[in-house]
Amino acid sequence: MDQLVIADKTFNSRLFTGTGKFMSNELMEQSLLASGSELVTVALKRVDVDNPEDDVLAHLKHDQFNLLPNTSGARTAKEAVFAAQLAREALGTNWVKLEIHPDPKYLMPDPIETLQAAEEMVKQGFVVLPYIHADPVLCKRLEDVGCAAVMPLGAPIGSNKGLKTLDFLEIIIEQSNVPVVVDAGIGAPSHAAHAMELGADAVLVNTAIAVAGDPVAMGKAFGQAVEAGRAAHLAQVAQPRVTAEASSPLTGFLNQL
Amino acid sequence: MYQDLFYQHNWDDVKASIYSKTAHDVERALGKEKRTLEDFKALISPAAAPYLEQMAQLSHQLTKKRFGNTIQMYTPMYLSNECQNICTYCGFSLDNKVRRRTLSDEEIIREAEAIRGMGFEHILLVTGEANRTVGVQYIKKAIELVKPYFSHIAMEVQPMDQDEYEELIEAGLNTVLVYQETYHKEDYKKHHPKGKKSNFDYRVDTPDRLGKAGIHKIGLGVLIGLEDWRTDSFFTAAHLDYLERTYWQTKYSISFPRLRPFSGGLEPKVEMTDRELVQLICAYRLFDEEVELSLSTREHPIFRDNIIKLGITSASAGSKTNPGGYVVEPESLEQFEISDERSAEEFAEMVKSQGYEVVWKDWDLALQ
Repeated sequence: MDQLVIADKTFNSRLFTGTGKFMSNELMEQSLLASGSELVTVALKRVDVDNPEDDVLAHLKHDQFNLLPNTSGARTAKEAVFAAQLAREALGTNWVKLEIHPDPKYLMPDPIETLQAAEEMVKQGFVVLPYIHADPVLCKRLEDVGCAAVMPLGAPIGSNKGLKTLDFLEIIIEQSNVPVVVDAGIGAPSHAAHAMELGADAVLVNTAIAVAGDPVAMGKAFGQAVEAGRAAHLAQVAQPRVTAEASSPLTGFLNQL
Repeated sequence: MYQDLFYQHNWDDVKASIYSKTAHDVERALGKEKRTLEDFKALISPAAAPYLEQMAQLSHQLTKKRFGNTIQMYTPMYLSNECQNICTYCGFSLDNKVRRRTLSDEEIIREAEAIRGMGFEHILLVTGEANRTVGVQYIKKAIELVKPYFSHIAMEVQPMDQDEYEELIEAGLNTVLVYQETYHKEDYKKHHPKGKKSNFDYRVDTPDRLGKAGIHKIGLGVLIGLEDWRTDSFFTAAHLDYLERTYWQTKYSISFPRLRPFSGGLEPKVEMTDRELVQLICAYRLFDEEVELSLSTREHPIFRDNIIKLGITSASAGSKTNPGGYVVEPESLEQFEISDERSAEEFAEMVKSQGYEVVWKDWDLALQ
């Protein structure tokens, strides 16, 4: 069994999912169950942590799901750290998806604030999964301060454009000592499979499932695509060759001399 | 400041430019992935009318991609109908001889409890413009009083100075709505002959002061009916464009209130049909995929039910436009008559029946 280990948790599924944009919380629940996802991120700003009956959380009460609170909405390291502390207290998990995007238009992550927040959160005992640009150096810096994984983007959040940062994702995957989770921009199961074939350890998908014509079927399709992509990676995908490999080598005569 | 940019435009030239757009301009705008202000002119022009269905389909797709299948709910809480301005179109106008009402601390809490009981987490605090009775300190106190009940606090009150906004943000304010009413400077003066509001430049620069103060979200808009809606909407879009470039950490929302009947009312100078309002909403979405588009209870139920899918991201419901309107004094003077009188629950059911998730909470004061 090819399992993924991040910090203290082991996952059979390498598909992580988001909870926004669904038509209803019931549909979200069914879609995420169908996807097989075992790590589900939820925005602190969308849940009422003081309400044990909160509708979003009520639909995520399954043994299958581990909750990954995120700090979406935070614009600074200070705000993100405070939000993480609140989530830890309310939801009883020290896992956090660190998101700091001061730019509300494209939700681009702030590398400076993210690194500062990550360092502080790790010191405070959080398992930190930071959402960042596909910046290889930043990924190494985040690894150095103790992040449990890195989550570089494939394309702008919600854009469904696929792996626009491909060249940089390849470098990050090659260099990383912590799991690499491709997060944002994945719009189709084929994109997810591609990320897994490259050697990403997991992918995180939200919009592509939530706004699909049939989110439950799409959740399942993503689950299958991630499995197929991972299997292909382990089987070592045949590489395209730039040079010909002749069946009758021109230098064969040298062996006769 | 936007003023500097604003005075580079001439109202009549802009208007002529919009009305001269052709089908070709509209088609070019529709074919693009990113649209400019010039494209926006084409989309709000009469030439775009035959393309309404195409615009609506595109607006639906873009909204779904960015905001998903969700509608965020809010409701206004009127704290006072005191006002020092004369505005020709408003029930609170100083020359409208009706009894005035400003809520006390205890009344604010009673109203907050009632609104929270309806399910709302996002509240919009509204007052007239009366610095002496409902100045910064009154509003700051109101924010502190309602904070335990709501996760997101917005306000629509008189424009303020930057330091005053900073004080209110510190107290928990997240969003400020400030409508220019009209960008036609001469007409603005006619509609606002008396009071601080008559200062066009101070008002037009309010979003700049908010941006500098670090506000999370700014709501823009004009009062449709005062002037040519196409030209006014162009200036709104230009203002939005400038603000997004300048205060890039702030979110923006747009509203499109149409003039409604009120006590002592003014007839709209310019009528905007339902069809034209749909065109405008879709044009805003095609111009700016990320801007929030907000729909109030000024619009009638059938229109609201059908517009949900065309680009709207947030809506008010169960609204009362008079201070104490929920429980304290339901019969006090209202700002305008609402058109959709359904309860929040009824409206939410309608939204759900269309395949949308009703979002009551989309912020947390912990993030401020």
